[in-house]
Amino acid sequence: MEDFFTYSVILGIFVATFKIATPLLIAATGELVAEASGILNLSLEGTMTMGAFSGFLIANETGNLWLGLVGAAVGGGALGLLMAVMTATVKVNQIVAGLALNILGLGGAFFWYRSVYEEGGAVAFPTVDRFQTATIPLLSDIPAVGEVFFDQHWLTYFGILMVPATFIFLNRTKYGLELRSIGHNPEACDMRGVGIISRQYTAVIYGGVMAGLGGAYLSLAGGNQFFDDIVAGRGWIALAIVIFGNWRASWILGGSLLFGFLEATQLSLQASGVDLPYQLLLALPFLLTIVALVFNRSRSQVPLSLTIPYHRGER
Amino acid sequence: MADAAESGAAAPGENILVAEEVTKVFPGVVANDAVNVEIRRAEIHCLLGENGAGKTTLADILYGVYQPDDGRVLLEGKPLELHSPRDAIEAGIGMVHQHFELVPPMSVIENVVIGTQARQWLDLTEARRRLEEFFADYDVEIDPEAEVGRLSVGEQQWVEIFKTLYFGVEILILDEPTAVLTPQGIEELFRILRRMRDEGLTIILITHKLKEVMDLSDRVTVLRRGKVVGTVDTADVDQRDLARMMVGRDVLMQADKAASEAGEPVLEVDEIHLESDTGRGSLEGLSITVGSGEIVGVAGVSGNGQNALFDAVVGVRHPASGSIRIAGQDTTESAPHRIATLGVASVPADRIAQGLMMDFSVKENLVLGNQRERQFSRAGILNRGQIDAFAAESIDSFEIKTPSASQITRTLSGGNLQKIIMARELSGQPQLIVAHQPTRGLDIAATEYVRRRLIQERDRGAGVLLMSEDLDEIFQLSDRIAVIYDGRIVAVTEPDATTLEQIGMHMAGASDTDQGSQ
Repeated sequence: MEDFFTYSVILGIFVATFKIATPLLIAATGELVAEASGILNLSLEGTMTMGAFSGFLIANETGNLWLGLVGAAVGGGALGLLMAVMTATVKVNQIVAGLALNILGLGGAFFWYRSVYEEGGAVAFPTVDRFQTATIPLLSDIPAVGEVFFDQHWLTYFGILMVPATFIFLNRTKYGLELRSIGHNPEACDMRGVGIISRQYTAVIYGGVMAGLGGAYLSLAGGNQFFDDIVAGRGWIALAIVIFGNWRASWILGGSLLFGFLEATQLSLQASGVDLPYQLLLALPFLLTIVALVFNRSRSQVPLSLTIPYHRGER
Repeated sequence: MADAAESGAAAPGENILVAEEVTKVFPGVVANDAVNVEIRRAEIHCLLGENGAGKTTLADILYGVYQPDDGRVLLEGKPLELHSPRDAIEAGIGMVHQHFELVPPMSVIENVVIGTQARQWLDLTEARRRLEEFFADYDVEIDPEAEVGRLSVGEQQWVEIFKTLYFGVEILILDEPTAVLTPQGIEELFRILRRMRDEGLTIILITHKLKEVMDLSDRVTVLRRGKVVGTVDTADVDQRDLARMMVGRDVLMQADKAASEAGEPVLEVDEIHLESDTGRGSLEGLSITVGSGEIVGVAGVSGNGQNALFDAVVGVRHPASGSIRIAGQDTTESAPHRIATLGVASVPADRIAQGLMMDFSVKENLVLGNQRERQFSRAGILNRGQIDAFAAESIDSFEIKTPSASQITRTLSGGNLQKIIMARELSGQPQLIVAHQPTRGLDIAATEYVRRRLIQERDRGAGVLLMSEDLDEIFQLSDRIAVIYDGRIVAVTEPDATTLEQIGMHMAGASDTDQGSQ
């Protein structure tokens, strides 16, 4: 146990915390915007997987990682568009649409991957030359702090930047105010002449793009290949983090980092052979989400019309 | 508003907004049938009619919510194409709906600016300045930063009205704006509406209350079953004329009721506390007694604990402290089913959500909740013959208009829905009837029927706890009137010993001592 509390192990946990939190943070801030418009997109897991694949595919084919990110955004955005068509236009049940798209995203990505890279019954499992961390000059030389905060991937900086950006967008802009109003009471917006469908499309497609980028982190930065189950439940965790964060950007940052920290600790514990049930640490974020739900009940910021389709003239 | 009036071309008294041969058909209903209405500039024009007469549909067409199937709308003589509320707002027409269109978790000011901001970066200073000016001008005290969901319904209505005026509209449509107000609140609203009219605003007010038409309007258009019966100057008619136009026959304005002596108490509610989830409408030590053979009317503005009182008496929720006795038995912690078997009938406020299974047949709804009785089932198997016989008898005696007992309930009108509930609940000759808003939304004929039935039950010896926001109903039916405010009964009196104004004061929270000093 004493071996565990060494400087290098603890520093390693903090560095890993940000790496693990990155895809969660990107997907969850995107989902926050989608949910603010009143649409719950349960397909994050499948959308992240599709993003991880389409990003990998483009990066591998072109040899350009940045084009890969564009590919991931397009892949995730396409699934977001499908979700928007089903929920904002056709107005089917959002839970059903989300679960169906989730399966489509997962299955579609695996199928496409195999049809591209399978030869003679065996998959080649190619790899890309993945993103290196972007070391910020001077700041990264600060002991400990530099390594934790200023020697991370661009996508990590991007994810953290999206927290204040999302807050400002939702709370300080006209579009954000209208989006939140739609999520709470679409009829009020309709009667004020604020178009609902176009804004829901924008929000849900944006959520899909962000989930795609979150997935691409896994195949282009955190790892260097695509494989089945690459997302491994992170889509569901991102959904839980939005709830845990009570639909507030700052808490979503806290939730993502908390999850990243627990996961990193758990990995370190396993690696150092400490005899603790790591499953307990893995389950902790979900327990905390339930606790947060119970205690936030009266102060819940949940969009009041989340999952309820709007039809004009039905009261 | 003043600016808007000056910029308009037409002088006061000329037609500003005209509906010409407007027809709107919904599946199975002709909501508006070749309707012609002429609204003059700077007048208060009432659209009067019973529920289902087509008033709201007409207003929604004028506001662009619906597009007419036939006919057209003219603004200042020019045809006006309205595809959505946005078009109406741009043409200077605003509407306050009966169901508020507010975003409860947001502040007053955020609600006001939705859809009005020109730039992407939110700028609330201008809105705050105009809001404060408006509230000061009309003596309304509301904090612009307050969360709308925490305001009283009266305050929320002001937010709705200002929200609409903020667009700078020339024509303001109000759909049943007084439903949620105390008599004093209504007086205040009317005073301000008159002032706005004098300043040049054109106001269209939808109502089914004759008294409001007489008090406020310059002219009134009466609708019946989707058609215009006529437009008259209010000064030329009285309430009786309007009622005849509205219903198509003479109407009894008073329910006949003989004097009655209250017998043994059938309901004794003693100091109950019951907290509601939302924090509004909790009970804070409420006590009330209902004797056999009397109707006790509970008057109050909605949200003062009526829902909690109803739930506590019928057993849906249990009070945290205090006691409830029905026919001498303690039912404080009893389940709804057990309370029903003591002879308690309940007529809930929301008949669709709480009273009926809308996709079940009429006969199924007629036995709903009584299905376990020996009459209707044996060993868990429903006795269809008995149910059919009971349904046929109920449909006959309660004059329920339905093609058959197997008809799906959803297709029936509001009055017939309420009759199904009444038939079911009154079938066991209950000793106590708890009725919450039993005539809300019903037409005049159905209202008369329900009220007559409640008086008959009282004459039979049942005790009736009647909760209503309709003060005329309270005065007509009650042997005693109790006023509920903030989860307590603040006054108990008899209809002959009080006035509408006094009850209104109590409803707004004034105690007897306050009144003495005024």
